[in-house]
Amino acid sequence: MGCAVILFPVLPILFIFLFFLQNNSIKTSKYNFFTFLPLNLFEQFQRIANAYFLFLLILQLIPQISSLAWFTTVVPLVLVLAVSGVKDAIDDFNRHKSDKHVNNRPVQVLINGMLKDEKWMNVQVGDIIKLENNNFVTADLLLLSSSEPHSLTYIETAELDGETNLKVKQALTVTAELGEDLQKLTEFNGEVKCEAPNNKLDKFTGTLTLRGEKYALDNEKMLLRGCTIRNTEWCFGLVIYAGPDTKLMQNSGKTTFKRTSIDRLMNVLVLVIFAFLALMCLILAIGNGIWEYDKGYYFQVYLPWAEGVNSASYSGFLMFWSYVIILNTVVPISLYVSVEIIRLGNSFYIDWDRKMYYPLNDTPAQARTTTLNEELGQIKYIFSDKTGTLTQNIMCFNKCSINGKSYGDVYDMSGQRIEINEKVDFSYNQLADPKFAFYDHSLVEAVKLSDVPTHRFFRLLSLCHTVMPEEKKEGNLVYQAQSPDEGALVTAARNFGFVFRARTPETITIVEMGETKIYKLLAILDFNNVRKRMSVIVRSPEGDLTLYCKGADTILYELLHSSCDTLKEETTEHLNEFAGEGLRTLVVAYKNLDEDYFQEWIRRHHEASTALEGREDKLSELYEEIEKDLMLLGATAIEDKLQDGVPQTIETLAKANIKIWVLTGDKQETAMNIGYSCNLLNDDMEDVFIIEGSTSDDVLNELRKKMKPDSFLDSDEINIQFEKSSKKPKIIPDEQANGVYGLVITGHSLAYALEGNLELELVRTACLCKVVICCRVTPLQKAQVVELVKKYKKAVTLAIGDGANDVSMIKTAHIGVGISGQEGMQAVLSSDFSFAQFRYLQRLLLVHGRWSYIRMCKFLKYFFYKNFAFTLVHFWYGFFSGFSAQTVYDEWFITLYNLVYTSLPVLGMSLFDQDVDDRWSMLFPQLYVPGQQNLYFNKTVFVKCMLQGIYSSLILFFIPYGAMYNTMRSDGKAIADYQSFALMAQTCLLIVVSVQIGLDTSYWTVVNQFFIWGSLSVYFAITFTMYSDGMYLIFTASFPFIGTARNTLSQPNVWLAIFLSITLCVLPVVGFRFLKAQLKPTPSDKIPSWQYEKAKKRPPPPSPKRRLRRTSTRRSGYAFSHQHGFGALIMSGRNMRPKSPFATTGTFSPNSDKHKHKGL
Amino acid sequence: VNKQYSFPTQGGETRPSRCPDNSAFKQQKLPAWKPQLTIATVLPSFFLTGAFCLAVGVCLILVSACLFLSQIDYSDKCSDCSKLRENSSNWNKECYCSVNFTLKEDILGDVFMYYGLQNFYQNHRRYVISRSDAQLLGRNVNRSYCAPFTTYRNGTPMAPCGAIANSMFNDTIDLFYNLNSSAIQVPVLKTGNSWWTDKNVKFRNPKSYNLSSAFAGTARPPYWHKPVYLLDEEDERNNGYVNEDLIIWMRVSAFATFRNLYRRVKRIRQFADGLPAGNYTFRISYNFPVTKFKGRKHVILSTVVWSGGSNPFLGIAYVVSGTAATLTGFVITAIHLKLRKKKTYFQK
Repeated sequence: MGCAVILFPVLPILFIFLFFLQNNSIKTSKYNFFTFLPLNLFEQFQRIANAYFLFLLILQLIPQISSLAWFTTVVPLVLVLAVSGVKDAIDDFNRHKSDKHVNNRPVQVLINGMLKDEKWMNVQVGDIIKLENNNFVTADLLLLSSSEPHSLTYIETAELDGETNLKVKQALTVTAELGEDLQKLTEFNGEVKCEAPNNKLDKFTGTLTLRGEKYALDNEKMLLRGCTIRNTEWCFGLVIYAGPDTKLMQNSGKTTFKRTSIDRLMNVLVLVIFAFLALMCLILAIGNGIWEYDKGYYFQVYLPWAEGVNSASYSGFLMFWSYVIILNTVVPISLYVSVEIIRLGNSFYIDWDRKMYYPLNDTPAQARTTTLNEELGQIKYIFSDKTGTLTQNIMCFNKCSINGKSYGDVYDMSGQRIEINEKVDFSYNQLADPKFAFYDHSLVEAVKLSDVPTHRFFRLLSLCHTVMPEEKKEGNLVYQAQSPDEGALVTAARNFGFVFRARTPETITIVEMGETKIYKLLAILDFNNVRKRMSVIVRSPEGDLTLYCKGADTILYELLHSSCDTLKEETTEHLNEFAGEGLRTLVVAYKNLDEDYFQEWIRRHHEASTALEGREDKLSELYEEIEKDLMLLGATAIEDKLQDGVPQTIETLAKANIKIWVLTGDKQETAMNIGYSCNLLNDDMEDVFIIEGSTSDDVLNELRKKMKPDSFLDSDEINIQFEKSSKKPKIIPDEQANGVYGLVITGHSLAYALEGNLELELVRTACLCKVVICCRVTPLQKAQVVELVKKYKKAVTLAIGDGANDVSMIKTAHIGVGISGQEGMQAVLSSDFSFAQFRYLQRLLLVHGRWSYIRMCKFLKYFFYKNFAFTLVHFWYGFFSGFSAQTVYDEWFITLYNLVYTSLPVLGMSLFDQDVDDRWSMLFPQLYVPGQQNLYFNKTVFVKCMLQGIYSSLILFFIPYGAMYNTMRSDGKAIADYQSFALMAQTCLLIVVSVQIGLDTSYWTVVNQFFIWGSLSVYFAITFTMYSDGMYLIFTASFPFIGTARNTLSQPNVWLAIFLSITLCVLPVVGFRFLKAQLKPTPSDKIPSWQYEKAKKRPPPPSPKRRLRRTSTRRSGYAFSHQHGFGALIMSGRNMRPKSPFATTGTFSPNSDKHKHKGL
Repeated sequence: VNKQYSFPTQGGETRPSRCPDNSAFKQQKLPAWKPQLTIATVLPSFFLTGAFCLAVGVCLILVSACLFLSQIDYSDKCSDCSKLRENSSNWNKECYCSVNFTLKEDILGDVFMYYGLQNFYQNHRRYVISRSDAQLLGRNVNRSYCAPFTTYRNGTPMAPCGAIANSMFNDTIDLFYNLNSSAIQVPVLKTGNSWWTDKNVKFRNPKSYNLSSAFAGTARPPYWHKPVYLLDEEDERNNGYVNEDLIIWMRVSAFATFRNLYRRVKRIRQFADGLPAGNYTFRISYNFPVTKFKGRKHVILSTVVWSGGSNPFLGIAYVVSGTAATLTGFVITAIHLKLRKKKTYFQK
């Protein structure tokens, strides 16, 4: 049996034993069947409002204090707990389900010399398992052996870090010998010592002791859970960490619970309300003390003091608590639950939106977090990843310049460029990639005419690279490229008839215009960051020795032969043109080599590459020596394809006053190129600052220098003020720059700026700029930048990205958005919202976010209003009932008011309301601004609601009071009895709040009508039922209001009073709102309805897409990855398969090529 | 609703498209009425409401001008009696007092007689809950909320129990018409003064062969002069718990100052049209002490109209609101016109 003892030197023996038994099941769920109730209740009672109601319940058990029947508190509390509980249960059930799904994936485990199918969760540390191509890695494994030569194993780490390029792992030679031999594997008996489980993805240290020999283990021999096996038929691995100990699970960590600013505001408000409640109770308690002293004492003939009460002050003390119970409705217990429901509903709208559904990969938008919706309406800063987010991460061979002739654009007779959509027909080439598109037919003509430079150009592209081909089926060529640019170039060559077919360490097989040629590969002069170029030296079948080179223009131009000068000028012109369009350019050149010279060179090369000291230096010297006097061939231009609608989206978002920062790991040139091509940066800007300093002083100076032009704005006073104020993180107020600026900062400088006291400077400078681009930043720095803005700016931030390198910033920002439908899922998994295309962001923010925010604000305003209006009537009644904690309303009304009578209309409003429709909010992005400024709900608005509530409660108490005071019914009977008054007051209240919600609702759907009218009808229906004879005779003690409804609501002056209350409560609001809209219009008021109607009939034409034309010269020679290439690997032949590729041209069916690769 | 599309996947199997339904609800396109606050809706609402309120207010004021109302505070007029009642040991001594008044003109229509109490906190919470509805329904009650008037020390339950019942207003007020030096007692009705539901549903006597046996084992509340089954010895249907004076008292008032209907003038003989002009006397058996808690007692004669008894509040409130609404309407018009001028000015 395969046996390995895994030891942690640092851990005590008990833990070792436990760890050894660790199986591979994971658990992300929180509860199980038995722990659900206690745990969930415990969590819920940590909410201040819920805990408060528990406290109330306890208060109500004290008979001297109890002023309300128990059900008034219990029913809402139980309902609220139940709703939240059900939601938690459903969430947890889903987590259980996904856990179960993952835990039950099958895997082959070596048991007793046999491979057996097991479930993932049954895999244990020390097991040996077999993985096959495209399998997910089950646990963290030590690679033992694989099907590939030298026991190489290719893995894709998309789920782990978002990178989709292949990585190579290699087993120890001693274990690689085990091969596929189950017998040997079973007998494998080693001991692994390794570090305790940790979350470092790129580090592993340990030793393997086998037959007394010790072998060092490092990360190169580890397959981590979450990776996918690629291009490897099978491999065997020994489980080192399983389940929760795996690096993937260790990394997933605790997701921080995000709360919206409204959440935080609500918590503050609840505390304010508590204080307000305490104040009211105090006033009433003092009133009671005075009353009992002044009147109650004498009234004792008819109403002796309660048992145990012997002084007015003690009575006042008890009354304080009684009023705490009565006035409890001012603390909105159902607030949180309603808010959750509203957010959930608004999240569903996001899921359901067809305009955010991407049909190409069948991906609808998804609200993964349902608690952040209204925050979407308040975004001020967007932090965007570049690759895969703004761009499609698809590189397209778009244009080229060959021998002084530019191809790619199509011109008409008069020389004007025209847009055509007719693709070039590549049917002459059966190995062509059908996805490749090119529009300039003249290039194909040139190829067909066997134009020598053109052929040489494409031959170079098909030879000079480090791409690995894969041809599982004949004709089905798949290129594995380290960088997508290289893939694009090779694919272009393939389509034009120079098909790179196969490679061995010594040869490259090319199908040149249908003819298979085998070139001898003599040397790869690999890429690195300093050289910025790569070359290959090949011998053609005819025996010619040629060096092919491609690289950045700045570098390559220095190496050209002087005879190329005229061509150089022409090419430069083309290069400028390409760069002006935001294309990535490369210059290609070649050189025929002299046989003798080369033999001598290759000898020195061999010496150098085996040298023990200064190998790198010697090699690069040699490279430089041979890479000179090159003959210019031309240039390539690759388009880093933007996603659809990115420039328009960015324009719209900018109009909505949202600042966009691009944080990318890419190089500065690339990042800036994309910045220009998606309209972030443009030549209308006053200046684009570039910060590249590498020491703190430099950065400081640079920042200062950039700050200077604006120094008159950041007048010294502000600076002084900042220095004076305390050391707490300060909020920097928004400043206005004297122009439109852009800022580009590299990760290197950023690191220095983030280090010390430069933070503040950085934020101030950056926020003055319209656009900030940070390039070459690490994932951690991305998060730091977001954190920085969060810390110093009172603004809501959103981070959007698609790769695992964006996870940290997605988690840090207030709202994280993941681009789904790509290969890596890590970003989506940790995001709050996800959709397939960047352009959906504008709909998410401007439509869904805005609506959610407005709905939430309207809801809160109304909710606080209705509770104040409801509760404060008790307060006024206290002054007329001897401060005895007598309620105004029937206890059932108090119970049902929030839950039944008024819950649905306000929910209806907060789920359906639209002040303007979706098209309108997209056309007028400035409608988004009030949300950013937090205008619709803040403390001032809350105070206004409170005042309105107080006003309404005064009306609602004193109008019925006045109407009933010392009067009679029309049949002469007394009217002013308590029950009639209660009914009248509650009817007034309910109609007033219903009219108020009607006034707040600006979008009356059928549902709203139904809810509002329904709630009123339900009120009357329930009231008449509860006050009926039958209910009284059955539940005598609970329904003492028998007959009140019939007797009171038949009185004309009751209805007159109700009408008067409504008029007095609502009409001032109508007038106030109208005048406010007239005198201080908000953006949405500014759109007159006639204009709206007009636009509805005839939608304004979409703004014409501007063609980006720039004069400035920026070029990027980006066609390589940032690391060293596969060159060494190729030359050593270690990654070559022994089997021979299909070597002849046959009848190949064109097949798809995957060229979605993720750059670093 | 859109039909579901199917997407072929790599495995060749089809799965339903994840494209959301194209329903008006899910796409937030439900047809809706979008009312807006425009000048065209706001102004009419102000002016119409204003006009309506003014009309109703004037109407109410005019109508209540036709009302007759006479309120006599007799708490001090019978000062002997009130002093006598201050000492509770005199509870069984009778005390009568008379209050005279003159009607200058005939009062036509139904005339109602009320007693009014001031500063009597019938709406105090502990007072309001101190009753047993089940007992008043004629049921045997084990547990009741009548504290502190539930049982006597010896365990005899009070019937009816509770602070409300115990404090029942027990003055007797008779109205005499002094015609030619002879006093004619004005005939009054003591039934039909309470709500039908109270009389017929909410209050029931315990079932037994006669009333006194029905209340056997219980005792009158401490402040009462006679047990509950002797409240009205003349009318069996107005006795016990269903006695209307008790029923009306048990319907506690919302405020500390209140009126309860006591009697209605029976429209027969010379009172067929109401009360003729002349001198009248209230003869009051003064039992209910109010001086102890600084209260006042009134006796009130009143007529009613469709809007109820005399109450200037609603009329005035309507006139004031109507005026305010109309004025606001004018203010809004003014502001609107001014703003519109400004706008056109700027547009030029």
